[in-house]
Amino acid sequence: MNGASSYAGLVDRAFIFILGTSVLLLVGVTAVMIGFIIRYRRSKNPNPAQIEGSATLETIWTVLPTILVLVMFYYGWAGFKVMRDIPDGAEQVTVKAKKWSWLFEYENGKESTELMVPVGRPVALNLTSSDVIHSFFVPAFRLKEDCVPGRTNHAWFEAIRPGRFDLLCAEYCGDQHSAMLSKVVAVPADSFDAWLGLDSGPPTGRQLLDLRGCAACHTIDGKKLVGPSFKGVFGEKVTVMTDGVERTIEVDEDYLRRSILNPKADLVGGYEDKMPEQRDLVTDEEVEAIIKFIKGLR
Amino acid sequence: MAGPDGGAPAFGTTGSYLDTFPGSQGAWGWLTTVDHKKIGLMYASAMFTFFLVGMALGLLIRLELLNPGTQFIGPRAYNSVFTLHGVIMIFLFIVPGIPAILGNFILPLQLGADDVAFPRLNLLSWYVYMVGAVMAIVSLFTNGGTPDTGWTFYAPYAVTTDTNVSMAVMAAFVLGFSSILTGMNFITTIHRLRAPGMGFFRMPLFCWGLYATAWIQIIATPVVGITLVLLFLERVLGIGFFDPSRGGDPILYQHLFWIYSHPVVYVMILPAMGIISEILPAFSRRTIFGYKAIAISSMAIAGVGYLVWGHHMLTAGMSDTARWVFSLLTFFVAIPTGVKIFNWLATLYRGSIEVRVPLLWAMGWIFLFSIGGLTGLAQGALATDIHLHDTAYIVGHFHYTMFGGAAVGLFAGMHFWFPKIYGRMYNEKRATWAFGLFMVGFNMTYFSLLVIGLMGMPRRYQDYLPQYHTGHAISTVGSWVMVSGILLMFFNLWRGYRNGKIAGDNPWGATTLEWKTTSPPPLLNFATPPTVTTGPYDFTEILEKGHDPEARS
Repeated sequence: MNGASSYAGLVDRAFIFILGTSVLLLVGVTAVMIGFIIRYRRSKNPNPAQIEGSATLETIWTVLPTILVLVMFYYGWAGFKVMRDIPDGAEQVTVKAKKWSWLFEYENGKESTELMVPVGRPVALNLTSSDVIHSFFVPAFRLKEDCVPGRTNHAWFEAIRPGRFDLLCAEYCGDQHSAMLSKVVAVPADSFDAWLGLDSGPPTGRQLLDLRGCAACHTIDGKKLVGPSFKGVFGEKVTVMTDGVERTIEVDEDYLRRSILNPKADLVGGYEDKMPEQRDLVTDEEVEAIIKFIKGLR
Repeated sequence: MAGPDGGAPAFGTTGSYLDTFPGSQGAWGWLTTVDHKKIGLMYASAMFTFFLVGMALGLLIRLELLNPGTQFIGPRAYNSVFTLHGVIMIFLFIVPGIPAILGNFILPLQLGADDVAFPRLNLLSWYVYMVGAVMAIVSLFTNGGTPDTGWTFYAPYAVTTDTNVSMAVMAAFVLGFSSILTGMNFITTIHRLRAPGMGFFRMPLFCWGLYATAWIQIIATPVVGITLVLLFLERVLGIGFFDPSRGGDPILYQHLFWIYSHPVVYVMILPAMGIISEILPAFSRRTIFGYKAIAISSMAIAGVGYLVWGHHMLTAGMSDTARWVFSLLTFFVAIPTGVKIFNWLATLYRGSIEVRVPLLWAMGWIFLFSIGGLTGLAQGALATDIHLHDTAYIVGHFHYTMFGGAAVGLFAGMHFWFPKIYGRMYNEKRATWAFGLFMVGFNMTYFSLLVIGLMGMPRRYQDYLPQYHTGHAISTVGSWVMVSGILLMFFNLWRGYRNGKIAGDNPWGATTLEWKTTSPPPLLNFATPPTVTTGPYDFTEILEKGHDPEARS
């Protein structure tokens, strides 16, 4: 798999040296072991030599591996140093990870669920999480850094060619861990600037489902995930648990609003109490836009 | 054999430890025995049961991953299954495994002692282990159900999930005490109960492996005990140790967890290395190459192993300085391991080698563990680990070291000491088939994981992107081959135990003290307490007088 970041070549150089040496050592060890077993089999060699050791040999095979691993350490360190030196003037992006979605916020406040980046310009990442530990992993960039709640971790990369690259969550984070995927979209620098400068107005209800992470647990096609699907739910009669008591209600605007802001209040039967309160995470306008979108989902 | 005064032999110096005497019959006899050999077998029956359960869960994981998308267990169930697989295999099988089973059985015999230093404490350790195991099982079915955190219980996930993590971590806490007690018992036994004439540097290398292990058990286990109690308190009382929303630090949890859990991988591997150091001389009929280097490198691994825990956290957000220091230290732990491998190879040089089943397993061990060790190098180096961390490559690597290393070491030891333990021999042809199936299946299962991990497949994924399909499919098919090998191996050993050919006292022509008593040994191990005048691998007598594998006294 070809590297797509400016430092991927350095990382791959370390890989080739370490894995290449490892393969040679493995083949050597295995060949010597099998060779000795054939050469010195009892039928051929009934009288073993009692060799207790050899200071010379043992010194050699302590010193040589020491040198070898120090070289390996050096290669690893050299690649790593570049990864950690964030260039001045890099495009700043805040990565907001949560169960189970990615949100990227750019310097001018613009938000996206796929990470848009310019080819040939460094991008600095400020990695955060609002619940448990996640990990930002882009195999094509050879980049990974954890998103740890309560702190901001840092990383950077520079895409060297345009493309759509897999972005995966690498730190186990619960039910939808393996679905916590996105893309890094590398585009020519001028297209990126145009995209960033484009004011497309407030996001629609549909876009908000992605931006606010609703879509990680609620589908719009009727499929059940961690939470119920939004499809056709408006106007339906559903059974909910209110303070441990079961009751049937009709899904109306009030119910949807309550379910977004304080999901524990009326929990739909058959689902676990997993949704975090959204009270401080969405604006009133956004709630109304989402409700409007759900109403239209037939 | 007559007693010292020519009268009847003293109690416990003849017959087999499996013979009954008043007070030793039936289940009650087993449950109250203080004989280290019977306690070893009681551990064996419990642990192999757990191993088979863990294996079934592993098979289930592989089956789910045969194709992308959900096959038959959804994400929630999948998360519980891999957590269970990890908890059972790590805490109930691999960590205590070799010391508890073969260490208990063989250590006093190899030292020429009639039991461990504290036989009753030894029985208590078994009960503590069983209490921990029962707690782990109860945690699956009570109060929120099967934990879904992975065996590492990372905060804040483990603090916030509604599954029964509290009970599971307390189970691991209790199991830790069993480990500590066994470690203390073994250290005392090694210091105090060696046969006359057996200085430290005349001890068999398996004893050295257990000795280094026991120190880690005593020093490192309390750290994880305390950590897990803190996690428990955070869950139950809401004290903010690790959850940042309560003012805690999730990275602190990782430090505390790995300060124990990295040294503990050497608890798993050092005794296995000891077993390999026994098998190679026995089947080469020559002394081991570089005895002192192997003995001391065990202690070196145990020592340096304490200082490398941070390599589990190279992407967690530690300072860059901490990252390179941990990387450098990690490479230093590779050196004593390399020294051991070279010494073992040199032990085959100009030997008189007979390829029997235990040697096959030992060769398999060297091959698999070499892959395990060498794949670790790319994880120790900084730039490469950033890419590999938390991918299927890590899963492949640690299965090569822990399964290919620790568990295969146990399998090798079982085949080596089986005739001593039961006085019978298994079918060697069937054992060879089982070994072959196992090796093919093992490498299919785990080498594929190395490859897709390198391609970027993250671990603990219930579903995956299409480019990883081929690797997953090969791995799953491999798991079927491997499991048939394992089942054949257990079946063969069971058949050997039931109606295998009667084995001689020393079927392999080995030199350590356990082969100088009868098979199976008497209750008190030796008719007359042995004395030691040579190093552990002195074949002079066997080479001069010849060796009859069938001979029984």
